[in-house]
Amino acid sequence: MSTKTIEEKQYLLRFKCDTKSHLTVLDHDVCMTKCPDKICTVFCPAEVYKWEGTRMQVGYEGCHECGSCRIGCPYQNIKWEYPKGGHGIVFRLA
Amino acid sequence: MPEKFDVIVVGAGPAGTSCAYTCAKNGLKVLQIERGEYPGSKNVMGGVLYRKQMEEIIPEFWKEAPLERPVIEQRFWMMDKESTVSFGYKGLEWGKEPYNNFTVLRAPFDQWFAAKGVEQGVLLINETVANECIVENGKVVGVRTDRPDGDVYADVVVLADGVNSLLGKQLGFHKEFRPDEVALTVMEVINLSKEKINDRFNLEDNQGCTIEIFGDSTKGNLGTAFIYTNKESINIGVGTTLSSMIKAKLKPYDLLDYLKNHSMVKPLLSGGESAEYLAHLIPEGGYHSVPKVAGNGVIVVGDAAQLVNAIHREGSNMAMASGKMAAEAIIRAKEKNDFSEASLNSYREALYNSFIMKDLEKYKDAAHTFEHHPQYFKEYIPMVNQAMSKFFTVDGTPKREKQKQIMRSVTGTKGTFKVIQDVYRAWKAVK
Repeated sequence: MSTKTIEEKQYLLRFKCDTKSHLTVLDHDVCMTKCPDKICTVFCPAEVYKWEGTRMQVGYEGCHECGSCRIGCPYQNIKWEYPKGGHGIVFRLA
Repeated sequence: MPEKFDVIVVGAGPAGTSCAYTCAKNGLKVLQIERGEYPGSKNVMGGVLYRKQMEEIIPEFWKEAPLERPVIEQRFWMMDKESTVSFGYKGLEWGKEPYNNFTVLRAPFDQWFAAKGVEQGVLLINETVANECIVENGKVVGVRTDRPDGDVYADVVVLADGVNSLLGKQLGFHKEFRPDEVALTVMEVINLSKEKINDRFNLEDNQGCTIEIFGDSTKGNLGTAFIYTNKESINIGVGTTLSSMIKAKLKPYDLLDYLKNHSMVKPLLSGGESAEYLAHLIPEGGYHSVPKVAGNGVIVVGDAAQLVNAIHREGSNMAMASGKMAAEAIIRAKEKNDFSEASLNSYREALYNSFIMKDLEKYKDAAHTFEHHPQYFKEYIPMVNQAMSKFFTVDGTPKREKQKQIMRSVTGTKGTFKVIQDVYRAWKAVK
């Protein structure tokens, strides 16, 4: 079947998760007080970012490592590194 | 004292492997570092690989490389909500040697290509991140990896670390990219039988088709969508500049599902099975975004150097050509035993004298023009669709009268002067 939701899309993927996040929201207060749109929760292609009322939840385990959040965060509030060697997403096809 | 190499290449995509392969073939001692489990595991491409630049590295590669289909037809759609204006070219000369381009799946392709480098003597180390360049006395002398005792040294470090190029940023070769300099693209690989693909795209075995889709595929935002035929799957993807995505508050996967369910697209995919979903950034800043590409002991190639021609969907070919040019500059530097910026600048010169920088220069204002004048995607594409519909609908109106009505509807909505201005601006941006 062809996928209909982001959950179904993410389920197609293989990840070798590190125990430590390679993505860090530097200051959750910035998200709370300065960023009404919380735009990372919209454009992140893997729905890694979810706003939970007072802080940003970062589901780094499903990250595609595209870099959009680092560039797109209006407050440069995301520290973005590569996962440890051999970890993170493992594309099998394209 | 840790082992020293002639060259360390960071990244095993098309740019890095082209460079590593060419250096090793010419007798240099090459270490290639890849952060993924295997080459290709972090790499994403819509799927068109051009023959010319690949062949300059490995002649007749099509006889052994894992390719999908030679592309014999390229279609372009200007799509509205329930219609599309299409044009394209199909030619059987593209279906035989020497070919023009092929669809490929990058994970198998990149593994094959990197293995060719290893055959030439490249030492390929997977699952290793190059965290920073080691700089001594203003010269890059190696890289610090995330392995224990992970410092490695070389005369030249080649940054083939992709669109995000954190190493290029570390060296100050480029600043952080702006959201209008990158395109966020998502795609799916959808499994479909060979027979269905052949029927739906009017192909035979070993013939491929590509479709580039403008207009409603991005809901009028600056970007494109694509459908490429593999042997037994279809790659379908869509991307816009990150800035457009932010401005329109688009979820990229919603846009992809919108495309998959579009009335013009859905029948092509019917019955298909999603096999993989991938997101990636494409460097689309063009000429003005190209960073410094050579320094003391260091060279930048491929996506890391922003070498993508978004208008012609060329990227991997530029990556390969730049990787090869970098290797040639390193070989010249080795002969002189001079790895200074002045010496490695022969790469910069080669790059700027090649089709790569000439093409990027040609389109240097295109992205900016279309980003700041959204009418081309938002207004003109629907207008062209309406015009074609009107012109080809037989309703007893004489054709000359129809032409007048069409012209009136175009100039009437926008004003004659505005239309002329728009046409001139677009022509100037791509001339």
